[in-house]
Formats: sequence, structure tokens, C-alpha cells
Amino acid sequence: MNFDMTEDRQMLSETLSRFLADRYDWETRNRVAYTAPYTDAGRWSELAGLGIPGALVPEEQGGFGGTGFDISVVFEALGRALCPEPFLPTLLASRALEAVGKDQTGLVDGSIRYAVGISEIDAPYDLAGMATCARANGAGFSLSGRKTAVYGAQVADRILIAALLDGKPAVFEIDPRAAGITPYGMIDGGGAAEVLLDGTPAVLLARDAGALLNSVIRAGRLALCAEAVGAMQFAYELLLDYLKTRRQFGVAIGSFQALQHRTVDLLTEIEQARSITIAAADALDGPDGDLKAAMAKNLIGRAARLVAEETIQMSGGIGMTWEYAGSHYSKRLVMIDHQLGDTDDCLEEVMQSYAA
Amino acid sequence: MDLRFTQQELAFQQEVRDFLNASLPEHICAAVRSGAELPRTVLQEWHEILGRKGWLGTTWPKEYGGPGWTPVERYLFDVECNRACAPRIVPFGPSMLGPVIQNFGTREQKDSILPRILSGEDWWAQGYSEPGAGSDLASLKTRAERDGDHYVVNGQKTWTTLGQHANKIFCLVRTKKEGKPQEGISFLMMDIPSQGLEVRPIRLIEGGYEVNEVFLDNVRVPVSNLVGEENKGWTIAKFLLSHERTNIAGVGISMQALEEVKSLARRMIRKGKPLIEDPLFAARIARVEIDLEAMKITNLRMLYQAQKQGHPGPETSILKIKGTQVNQELRDLARRALGPVAAPFPGTITEANLMFGPLNSEANAATYFNNRKTSIFGGSNEIQRNILTKAMLGL
Ligand SMILES: Cc1cc2nc3c(=O)[nH]c(=O)nc-3n(C[C@H](O)[C@H](O)[C@H](O)COP(=O)(O)OP(=O)(O)OC[C@H]3O[C@@H](n4cnc5c(N)ncnc54)[C@H](O)[C@@H]3O)c2cc1C
Repeated sequence: MNFDMTEDRQMLSETLSRFLADRYDWETRNRVAYTAPYTDAGRWSELAGLGIPGALVPEEQGGFGGTGFDISVVFEALGRALCPEPFLPTLLASRALEAVGKDQTGLVDGSIRYAVGISEIDAPYDLAGMATCARANGAGFSLSGRKTAVYGAQVADRILIAALLDGKPAVFEIDPRAAGITPYGMIDGGGAAEVLLDGTPAVLLARDAGALLNSVIRAGRLALCAEAVGAMQFAYELLLDYLKTRRQFGVAIGSFQALQHRTVDLLTEIEQARSITIAAADALDGPDGDLKAAMAKNLIGRAARLVAEETIQMSGGIGMTWEYAGSHYSKRLVMIDHQLGDTDDCLEEVMQSYAA
Repeated sequence: MDLRFTQQELAFQQEVRDFLNASLPEHICAAVRSGAELPRTVLQEWHEILGRKGWLGTTWPKEYGGPGWTPVERYLFDVECNRACAPRIVPFGPSMLGPVIQNFGTREQKDSILPRILSGEDWWAQGYSEPGAGSDLASLKTRAERDGDHYVVNGQKTWTTLGQHANKIFCLVRTKKEGKPQEGISFLMMDIPSQGLEVRPIRLIEGGYEVNEVFLDNVRVPVSNLVGEENKGWTIAKFLLSHERTNIAGVGISMQALEEVKSLARRMIRKGKPLIEDPLFAARIARVEIDLEAMKITNLRMLYQAQKQGHPGPETSILKIKGTQVNQELRDLARRALGPVAAPFPGTITEANLMFGPLNSEANAATYFNNRKTSIFGGSNEIQRNILTKAMLGL
């Protein structure tokens, strides 16, 4: 057994963290996170230059990573810095392109930006109930429907869309200029868009793509879990610092046992979250991959909400302010539950695994 | 025991309903329903409507122009207002300063201040907290020094809710340095604007501006603006806090939020079925509904007790803790029910006609984050537990 990171991954983690600390300082983060287009083109290229998208892509596809542990190293560092750049859509797209054997050079060097539209208002977290559908027209296809909260779609060059073809989920590629894109910012920073499809021309990438899309969702869930672990760890450290410095009744508030025990509970939950994320990373492409990812996302949903709410509460009024970094961590931690399957959704998947 | 309201109470409830039907303007309900921050004009309009009816100072006795309601009547009024989507009354003048002036004010103060609160003319803000004095209010440092018939005030207040709308502020200030920290505090009223007084907005987690910092730099305040005796402000502060805690359970707000959650869960679809039929989600709603049902009775039991003994006891802390837990849980469920469409930052959706399905859901996550405040302000839930430990456990 060995819980040490390989040297390569350690280096990747350090390089990314250093870049974020130097070039993506807190002021930059907040400006980018809350101002359209919610990404910084220059820094995006620099991150690509550092090989961050490449770390999410296997060697055969032009990258140098792509395993569960590569994904979690990258997203934990992004989470720690609360970086709003759209790496999640990049990962999702890479998994889809990999499955259909499509060239990923542009994705790896950062010159082509992808987004992936799966969620719909009435089918937010999975493929059941999806209504967007494809129709063959001559040589190609056209899509109709609406994809909701498509992260990164506000700046995407290409969008991959899950749609029904002959009653089964399939994957298409569209040119965003041919669709109706309504961009907006997220409450926790970063950007997304509604993608309205009305006879939008599309290229078919994969038919009968249920398994493919599941593998996309699974990798995305792992990434979100790792991001949450990074963010929780940082929020916890901020809180600890606050408990040691904030004085009321003539003492540091950290000396109140009522706060001490709760902070220890947070520590416990964060360690649990870290462990289940490691389990999910390890299992990513094995037979238990879906189950472990669902388990991880459920536990993260609970732990992240607890950390978010408790760090606000124990920081008093300060925890409620925009000025305080911790409040932005809290927002991200809570809203992670709204992406690719929430606590209940993932719990249900674990429950379903009990059926023979 | 008989849990039914008396004939009189039922008649009162009907009277409130009739009034709300006739007098609450539709544009005001719509603004409340949207969940967005209410502009001053909307709050002011509602205050004036209530003021004309004599229903603004809900805790005031008849002799001062109040309705003279019992605690149970106040409860019924609150619930009905929430049900009708009326704005919450901004409490600082009507529910806080009003009773203080009635109990501690001079004749002149009563005559000059109370009518202007009732008409909605004056907007008061509460200047208790300071950067270094939150839970430990008695450690406040803002100084007021006597200079002839004026006090000269220096220091800083913070977290002043709606201070940007207010034209008056009541503050706790230090008038004596020696002795126990509670002993040298006075209760002083000031005008906004005053020379040397500056209000600066603080942005909250969800992006809104409802609290402020107040800087006091040699602000000259007439001695006649002192309420009660110099250095005896702590008694007033505590009296006011007990008034801050009336109707603290927020039963009406939570009943309204429960309806909203159910209605959202009926309209959102998951796997081809309404979310409300999802057993996991339904269980979450059921659990909080059960808590709310119990809390309604707990609240009424405590109101009944308060009515019998003439004042609320430390049990109000139980209501604050449970009330905020139930409210926050409901806000959590409303956010979750929406799934990914709860996530947009309010105001960034540029196409006005692009609403999320039948729901104008934009404000939901923002409301959830904003409502984290309820377990922090007015004495945090930890402080409420400390109060209960002292008052009820004998430990
Ligand atoms: C949105 C908002 C609106 C407000 N409006 C007003 C207003 O209009 N006027 C006004 O005067 N004030 C207002 N307040 C201030 C509010 O009353 C204080 O924020 C509150 O009393 C907590 O003080 P603090 O923020 O300094 O936190 P602290 O007192 O620093 O507390 C930090 C944490 O430590 C905990 N803690 C502190 N002491 C103890 C203890 N002895 N045992 C256990 N735990 C403890 C607290 O519960 C909290 O979790 C407002 C606050 C907010 C957030």
C-alpha cells in the first residue's frame, strides 16, 4: 500500500498551486469570477502552457495523464485557489472525445474551448428524462431542445450535446454560433449559459452513448469532489486562523469548547471526504467506478455543506461578507452539490446497487 | 387544554385577513414573492399603509397609539402577513426604539419620537455592534464625552442593517471608562446625516447591500438625545433585546417558505416525476414540516406563558435556535429543488424573457446564503445556548 503521490503528480500540483498563487491572486480571482466572460483568456493560455488540460488527457490522445489521480490532483489545487476557469467542461469534453477517438490537440493546447451540455431543467443530473432530441436531415442532424446551466458555454468554441437519437442518448457536436446562447454568471463565481437548440445543425459523434455519457459524468463527479476537498481544506484553515485571532469576552473565541468540538467535527468530515475521493479516483475506470463516484459525491455533498455553513456561522458577521474570502469558499462548496448529481441523487444510485 | 383559538382570536384573524385583502397592493406582494431585496420605497409605502391603520407598532399599548394586541394577536398578525406576502416591518423604530422610549423616555421624547415612528416618517437604525464588540457587546468602545449640553461621539459601529435608508440611529456608547464594562454605557440617539457621521455599505455574501459601517468622528449630539440615565444604558440594551426577540421564531415566514418549497417540488421534474414524489426529497420536506408543526405549538405555549406572566422569559432562546434552524433548512430545500437553475448570479441573466421554466428562480440560492445571517444576528445561536445554559440548566 502506498498513499504517496508520484513525483510527477507532486510536481504538477506544486506547479499549478504556485501559478495560481502568483498569477491568480485573490483579487484577480474575484474579478474574473464575477465579471463576464468569467474567464481570463491570457491566464487560460498560460495554464494550458503549464500543461493543465494535458494532465486530464491520456497519452494516446496527446496528453500526459487522464487517470483518476491526475484528475484529482489538478482539481484539488483548483479548488484550493477557488479558480473559476472552466476546467470541468474541458475534462468532460476530453472524456467524450477520448471515447470516440477524436483528436484532442486543440483541447490540450488550450486553443479550442469545449463545453458539454447534459443537464436540462427537468433532468438536471442524469440521462433519464432527457428531452433534447436529434433528427436526421440529409447528410447531417439537427437538434432541438434546451440545455441548462452549461458551464463554460459562454466562451466555448464547440459544444458537445447529449440528445436522444432513436430514443437513445447520443452525443453531438455543435457550433455555438448556430445555437441560442444566453450567458450568465454563477452565484459562486464562473460562468455558464443556457443553450437553446432549435433545428441547430449538429455532427454526430456517438450513437447509443449511455455508457459514454456515464463515464463523462463519473469523471466530472470525481473532479468536483477533488475540487471540494481542496476548497474545504482551505476554508477550514481560514476558520482555524479566525478562531485563534478573533477575541470576544477577553479571550480568543477558539477557546470556547462549543466551537472547538464543532471544528474538530469539520476536520473529521474533511478527512472522510478526502478518503472517499481517493477511493473514487482509484476506481475511476474500473468496475466500481460509477458506484464509488456516486458514494463520493454524496459524502462530499453533505460534508461540503457542513463546512460551508459552519465556517460562516463560526466567523460571525464577518463570515457573511463579500470581503471575507471564506464566504466565497462557502458558496462554491454549497453549489458543487448542484452539478452532476446532488446528495440525494447520488444516494439513490448507491441504494440501487443493492438490488440484485 | 384546548388548542383552538378563542372566538375573539378567530375574529381578530379574520379582521387581519380582510385588511390584507383590501389594503396590501399587488405590486408589493409581487416584489416580496420575487425574493429580491426590497427597495426603500416599497417598505415605506407598506409602513405608511400600516401606520394609517394604526398597526405599525404591533407591540405598542393603546395609550401610545399602538393597537394594544396580546402576544397571541401579534402572532396571528405575523402569520397572516407572511401568508399574504406582505413585507416584514423594518423593526428598528416600531419594535425596538418605540418600546424603549415608552419605558425610559422623557415626556418630550415620547411626544416627539413616537408619532414619527408610527407614521413611518422616521427610519431608525440600530447601532449596537462594533468591529470588536459583537457577541461581547459590553466591550464596546465608541466614546461619548460631555461638552456643555452636547456629547461628542467618536468610534465605529458596524453591521447596521438598512442604515443606508435610515435618517436616525440609536447607539450604545461608552460614557465612563472605569468600573465593570456594563456600567459605563449610555443609550444615545443621533441624526443621519450629522456632521462627522458617515455610513458606508458592506457587501454581503450573496452580493447584496443591506448592512453598513457607521463612522463617528467628533459627532456632536445634544444631551437631550440621551434616553434614560447616563451610564445606565445596559439596562435599556437588555430591555430592547428582549423586544428584539418577540416573534423570533418566525413561524409565519417558515410556513410561507414551506409552501414555496412544496410548490417548487411539485413543479420540478426528476426522472419523469414531480420532485415531490421522490421519496428522499419528500422525506426531507416531511422532516422539516414536522419540526415546524411542533415549533408552532412550542411558540404558542411560550406566548401563552408570556401573556400570563406579562413578559417573555429565557425560553425565547429556544425559539430563536429552532426557528432559525427550520428556516434555514427550508431555504436549503428550496435551493436544492431547483437543481442547476438555482445557480445563476442574480441580475446576470440579460435576456429579460429568459426565465427558468415556470419559475423565476434567480433569487433562490441568494436567499439561502443571505439567510445564514439569521443564526448569527440578534445574539448568535451559540450565545442563545449560553443563555439557556445559565437560565435553565442550573449547571
Ligand atoms: C446581516 C446582519 C445584520 C445585522 N444587523 C445589525 C444591526 O442592525 N445592528 C447591530 O447593532 N448589529 C447587527 N448585526 C450584528 C450581529 O448582532 C453580530 O454579528 C452578532 O452579535 C455576532 O457578533 P460578531 O459578528 O462580532 O461575531 P463574534 O461575536 O465574533 O462571534 C464569532 C463566533 O463565535 C461565537 N461565540 C462568540 N462568543 C461565544 C461564546 N461565549 N461561546 C460560544 N460561542 C461564542 C459566535 O456565536 C460566532 O459563531 C448584524 C449582523 C449581521 C450578520
